[in-house]
Amino acid sequence: MPARGYHLSKDELGADILEVAMGPHHPSTHGVFRMDLKLDGETVVDLKPIFGYLHRNHEKLAEDIPYLGCMPFTDRLDYLCGMTNNWAFALSAEQLIEIEIPERAQYIRVICAELTRLINHCLLVGFFINDLGALGTPLLYALREREKILDLFETLSGARMMVNYMRFGGVRCDLPDGWLQECERIVGRFPAFLDEYETLLKDNEIVITRSQNVGVLTQEEATNFSITGPMLRASGVNYDIRKVDKYGIYDRFDFKVPIGAHGDCYDRFMVRMLEMRESIKILKQAIADIPEGPIMGNEPRVFKPDPQETYGRIESPKGELGFYLIADGTTNPYRYKVRPPSFVNLTALRHMCIGHKVADAVIILGSIDIVLGEVDR
Amino acid sequence: MSLIAKGILQGMAVTAKNFIQSYYKKERLPTVEYPEEKSTVNQFTRNIPFLVYDGEDEIEGMRCTACKLCEKACPPQCIYIIKDTDENDKPIKRPKVFDIDSSVCMSCQLCVEVCPFESIRMDSEFELSNENRFEGLLINRDELLKSNEYYHEIHPIEAQETDDRIAAKIAEAETKKKAREEKARLAAEAKQAAAAMKAAEEAAAETETSATEQAQQSEAKAEAPEDNPETKNT
Repeated sequence: MPARGYHLSKDELGADILEVAMGPHHPSTHGVFRMDLKLDGETVVDLKPIFGYLHRNHEKLAEDIPYLGCMPFTDRLDYLCGMTNNWAFALSAEQLIEIEIPERAQYIRVICAELTRLINHCLLVGFFINDLGALGTPLLYALREREKILDLFETLSGARMMVNYMRFGGVRCDLPDGWLQECERIVGRFPAFLDEYETLLKDNEIVITRSQNVGVLTQEEATNFSITGPMLRASGVNYDIRKVDKYGIYDRFDFKVPIGAHGDCYDRFMVRMLEMRESIKILKQAIADIPEGPIMGNEPRVFKPDPQETYGRIESPKGELGFYLIADGTTNPYRYKVRPPSFVNLTALRHMCIGHKVADAVIILGSIDIVLGEVDR
Repeated sequence: MSLIAKGILQGMAVTAKNFIQSYYKKERLPTVEYPEEKSTVNQFTRNIPFLVYDGEDEIEGMRCTACKLCEKACPPQCIYIIKDTDENDKPIKRPKVFDIDSSVCMSCQLCVEVCPFESIRMDSEFELSNENRFEGLLINRDELLKSNEYYHEIHPIEAQETDDRIAAKIAEAETKKKAREEKARLAAEAKQAAAAMKAAEEAAAETETSATEQAQQSEAKAEAPEDNPETKNT
């Protein structure tokens, strides 16, 4: 991959390869993540991602607590998207005990998951622009909109981010009075924000120059790296678990899957912008169709599933989030394995960064959309 | 590409719009100057558990019975309970020690969900910072106990639902008690009736037997004079 612009190589300068440890306390590494860079002048010749600074023993911990006790811990995986983490875990545990989920609970789950997608993409786009050098302003506009949705979550579940809202066989509590109207109002106003944001950034020459043809991942490479989520779709692969698995009630909604053409950072940014619009479409349909009824079946809080294995997966905002559970007939899982999307997506980092400038490495990392809570677990 | 281009100018127009509107539109500037100005706390917010007591007296009105269900349900195990005892070392349904380590608590609300006595509830107090790193963050029973009025103040809807539920429970218990009493009364009556009936039957049987006996006797008596007419005369 050719590095753009003029620079002196180490041979011309008579210098050595420079090794830089970027992070773990670097503001652009999105948490405690370290990149050991080998630089030829300003060009990255090698990169080694080093993580584990936020390791919290998530998987082993779950083996000592009942299934329901694991639910609040899943909020802390990808701490920006508590709702989708809850859903993924609930989905795989529900496969163990085979319960019917009431219709209303299904709709509530879809609404919460799509709101989470809005939150996550808002933040991602904000931080991506932040990494590009537009410090603060666009990010704060995104945070401002995210805050409204977090307020909705607070009213619904009691917490802004660590929601702990879903349960096996439904959700914890019903929607409070007026919640749906408030949600409809916020969702209705969201496209205006997206329009404004696109005006701010989409055609901006600096954004285009900095992100187009940077960190290109072809269709073949993306599938070989097991990339999932918006990053895979930006590379031109039409793969969305909402369409493939149709888990929950996603077969009832009419929405499109945005696909990128080039697989560069700009495509990843734009795919997310378009995905937010599709999420709004789903939200509008779900709010219009949500039925009255129970939100939870009569399931026991502690259960002993028969010895078996399950894998439940959903399309989290970052990609395929899966939980692999092995039950051994006791109340606790025998094995609890998380397939975190941002960890798997991070494997392509080295490949994408080599040949680019240090400043581009920051953007490429930003476009992957990692959350260290999920990478390290 | 020129440096100042259409896209950048468009973006700057958006920024300018936001800047100007932030002076008169609340939506464009939703922040508050925190320590001086405080935004209202959402009534559904949960942060750290507390114990509800009814009435005036903290100890008497305590709803907690030290059943330790919350201690078992707590995923990070931040609750520690010791049951109280009276002077004869007999356990009382009340905690002597009820500690919550607020540095461990992750506000998951699972303790609230398992509590069968509607005792442990979530507080929305968020200013918990403390100078003492160890003892200061460990909240003991007396600090955890808060009145039902306080609960109504922070979570009006939820507290009302809880009160209704407790009232329903009491009413149900009373109707059950009444039903039980009624049943017991009916059973007693039935028993009495049965006993009376049995007695009557027995009495009837007795009278029957006695009648037969009498009849036999009378027969015997009737026979007797024939057999031994002399004895009667004697």
